[in-house]
Amino acid sequence: MAKKKSNDKMSVKGRNKHPKTDLPVSKHKSKSKEKHKHIIELRDVWKIYQMGDVEVPALKGININIHEGEFVAIMGPSGSGKSTAMNMVGCLDIPTKGDIYLDSKNIAQMTESELAQIRGQKIGFIFQQFNLITTLTALENVMLPMVFQDKPREERVERAKVLLEMVNLGDRINHKPTELSGGQQQRVAIARSLANDPEVILADEPTGNLDTNTGTNVMEFLCKLNNKESKTIVMVTHDEEVAEFAERIEILRDGEIVQSKKGKNHDAACNKDKGGRRR
Amino acid sequence: MITDFLKLAFENLRKRGLRSWLTMIGIFIGIAAVVSLIGLGEGLRTAINAQFGFLGPDVLSVQASGVTYGPPGQGAVNPLSDEIVDEIRKVGGVEVAFNRYIATVKMEYNDVQIVTSAISVPEGDNRKVLERMMNVKSEEGRLLKDGDTRKIVLGNSFAEADNQFDRSVRVGDSILLNDIGYDVVGVMESKGSFLFDNAVLVNEPELLNSLRDDDGTTDIIAIKAKNINDIPAIKKDVEKLLRKERDVDEGEEDFIVESPQQTLESLNSTLFAVQLFVYIIATISLLVGGIGIMNTMYTAVVERTKEIGIMKSIGARNSTIFTIFLIESGFLGTVGGIIGITLGVSFAYGLAFIGKIALGSELIQAHVGLWLILGSLVFAFVLGTFFGVMPAYQASKLQPVESIRSAK
Repeated sequence: MAKKKSNDKMSVKGRNKHPKTDLPVSKHKSKSKEKHKHIIELRDVWKIYQMGDVEVPALKGININIHEGEFVAIMGPSGSGKSTAMNMVGCLDIPTKGDIYLDSKNIAQMTESELAQIRGQKIGFIFQQFNLITTLTALENVMLPMVFQDKPREERVERAKVLLEMVNLGDRINHKPTELSGGQQQRVAIARSLANDPEVILADEPTGNLDTNTGTNVMEFLCKLNNKESKTIVMVTHDEEVAEFAERIEILRDGEIVQSKKGKNHDAACNKDKGGRRR
Repeated sequence: MITDFLKLAFENLRKRGLRSWLTMIGIFIGIAAVVSLIGLGEGLRTAINAQFGFLGPDVLSVQASGVTYGPPGQGAVNPLSDEIVDEIRKVGGVEVAFNRYIATVKMEYNDVQIVTSAISVPEGDNRKVLERMMNVKSEEGRLLKDGDTRKIVLGNSFAEADNQFDRSVRVGDSILLNDIGYDVVGVMESKGSFLFDNAVLVNEPELLNSLRDDDGTTDIIAIKAKNINDIPAIKKDVEKLLRKERDVDEGEEDFIVESPQQTLESLNSTLFAVQLFVYIIATISLLVGGIGIMNTMYTAVVERTKEIGIMKSIGARNSTIFTIFLIESGFLGTVGGIIGITLGVSFAYGLAFIGKIALGSELIQAHVGLWLILGSLVFAFVLGTFFGVMPAYQASKLQPVESIRSAK
């Protein structure tokens, strides 16, 4: 294992010198397992909600480290604080106490505008409700994150088309969300999450509104992103079966991490062709 | 980026269809009121100015009253005798006084017949006095001189290519007045007043001989004072004289002695008061319209809370959300403004057209200037954005987490 790691490192370094290689979708290196670099670090993170006079702690000092290129599931029953944890990781909310490092930057001290910038550039969101903008077409939905980053129009259109083709929706680019099935909408959302080529994909119950087959299909896409595009994926779910796709599962209960284990299905589902690609 | 936001705003407004229209009604009624009433007011001001034959701070005019709107002195029940001018000349402080005659004549040119007013120009020294009072200058050819017979000077509008004859009248052309041929010797400079630009100047003897009955009456008596300060005293004395002459009691005068300039000023100030009133009404309407926009935008923020959360989570900054919503309200204002201007212009010109048909005169005129259109448009946009600021600010401050969770 140790031997493999060092091989990886070398290949990563080599590729980084040519960031614009043949990859249409990602400028990041292909599957790097540089396990030493933490892309996300939660250090003693507390989130306390004020409900009238009562203080309700949703997170009680959790510590999570996520490596670059890792696929982590945060699992727990409802009320366990998993959504809160994900909002923290996604820079959507700031902790009451503690620090969150995203790519070595402490987001707990950032302004709203900086957080928005970080979200737009480094994080791609996939939601249970798909959360597409209903007035816009699939293509425009995928383009929207790039609009917020002020990318030129030609680049946006081109990239959005590539991404939609990647999720097998190349023939649906001008359809509005209401004209698409749930699975198709979630794939548009996946394409949108990749728009600005973020390092981290955050998926909140990505299969929660889908039937089993479609859900598995979506999970396979996520695996592919993790495997081929070397995206770091953080997924929140209460569904054990879905969680098993992840490399690592952190189980959250009452705002604390109670267990950390390896996902059973990860190697089978996500690393099918890993050997070949890792050279 | 802005074009994308514009498209987003447009899509959102389209989606809300009926509600967008209802919101805009407030704006476009206000703008339409402003545009049409200011437009008509400007036209009316021009028309009123045109009712006065001559101006000057040291000038008085005498007319028999009971006058309908039309050329001065016409249609009076008891016209002024043309001999009374000799008495007026004896009033202290009067420098010059002379009769003025106006005839309604049939005018024919290029096989087209119209009816217009022929105005007399006195002979001798009084000619210069009148020309100064009326501020008459020739643009083409010359003005009349003593002894000109069968010669006329035309108002400026006859020289325009799109006049009633469908052919511009030039100096040297011959034209028929009451079936008598006249030579055009000059064209006056445009005075911007309907009456003058459509008038025909004829020497007094010629007018009395050929175009008007010489029945011992006059239409207007023009008086010029030696000193401006004497005007009120002269006015009083002339009124006294006329009361005696016409055998009427004070307070029951069937004539008017007025200083045209003062009357014009007071009419203009009345008109201004009317316009001010209209401005106030329109302002209230626009204020209500603006509040309508604000209300709609607040509703939109509530409706699209989730959408705002989504956009924030995919990288929209507070300022981006603010801009998106502000564009949307500005758009509402501007589109409302465009519709309002269209309605207002059509209303003003429509009313002027109806007036022309119904009254047979061009008294009601519309004049919608470019500045009025541009000003209204800018104002509508500013109004929309102004009332959109608060809702847009509220939208921009929404927390992404709570917004996304809000039920759609």
